Amino acid sequence: MEWIFEPWPWYVAGPLIAGIMFSLLFGGKTFGMSSNLRTMCTIGGAGKKADFFNFDWKSQRWNLTVVAGAIIGGFIAANFLSYDTAVHINPDTVETLENFGFASAGGAYLPNELFATDALTDPKSLIILLIGGLLIGFGARYAGGCTSGHAISGLSNLQLPSLIAVIGFFIGGLVMVHLLFPLIF
Amino acid sequence: MKYLKFLIIGIIFGIVMFKSEAASWFRIYEMFQFQSFHMYGIMGSALTLGVLGTWLIKKYRLKSIDGEPIKFTLKNKSFSRYMYGGILFGLGWALAGSCPGPIYTLIGAGYVSILVVLLGALLGTFLYGLLRDKLPH
Repeated sequence: MEWIFEPWPWYVAGPLIAGIMFSLLFGGKTFGMSSNLRTMCTIGGAGKKADFFNFDWKSQRWNLTVVAGAIIGGFIAANFLSYDTAVHINPDTVETLENFGFASAGGAYLPNELFATDALTDPKSLIILLIGGLLIGFGARYAGGCTSGHAISGLSNLQLPSLIAVIGFFIGGLVMVHLLFPLIF
Repeated sequence: MKYLKFLIIGIIFGIVMFKSEAASWFRIYEMFQFQSFHMYGIMGSALTLGVLGTWLIKKYRLKSIDGEPIKFTLKNKSFSRYMYGGILFGLGWALAGSCPGPIYTLIGAGYVSILVVLLGALLGTFLYGLLRDKLPH
């Protein structure tokens, strides 16, 4: 059982994710995490400003429950199922990141330079996290789904729109990492 | 108790996201550098089983635990919204190193700063709602 405390390989994680999608389908629902952001906006009263948020959010309580579970799962995994949470990425990637000033590459789960609590006092990290989030929220709703809704659920159902969206995800990601990172960091 | 099953599914999802390191900014960066098979292996194996299982559900007209036929949401036909929205999402995915599911996992794992990403994502969703009628779909 020692393997549980080590990072899980892809051939364990991938099938489990497929299992999660099928569990939701057999529960009469679909796997899609970004729609919860719309639900939260609706609960916060966004319907007064835009009609897009006028829907019966209570029909989405099941998905908010999945969100609550994901938070609990993150807590359990980080506190009880891991000895060491450093992510051992490719040494070449570590070197590239070190040149960008990410000294924590290869030795942490998230880059301390962006995510450590004291990085919150640095306006640059704060703006990066905020803009990153903004693009995630705007893009996911514009595209009608995120990694779970399009790349897993949509592609499993051989939906052409999901393929277009996933190609878009990768164009955006590659542009960010290869063209914009050298300008930002 | 009808929500209990969704809570359990969510807990498993959160554990898998954290333990597979799919919630790690570093893994997302490494993926876009094509320097590891890890993330492609996760998505590829999930998708292979996903395609197979979806095909079986349709072929044998399997029903949900409530006895209802399993429905698949069909996405509307369009190009622009998926491409433009997808590119914007991808830019954010690589910058914040997190997609909407792992944001919650990281909150549970104790990373306070991920709340800034969540706040941004809520603002982005709200902004989309305001601008929706002016955007090409």
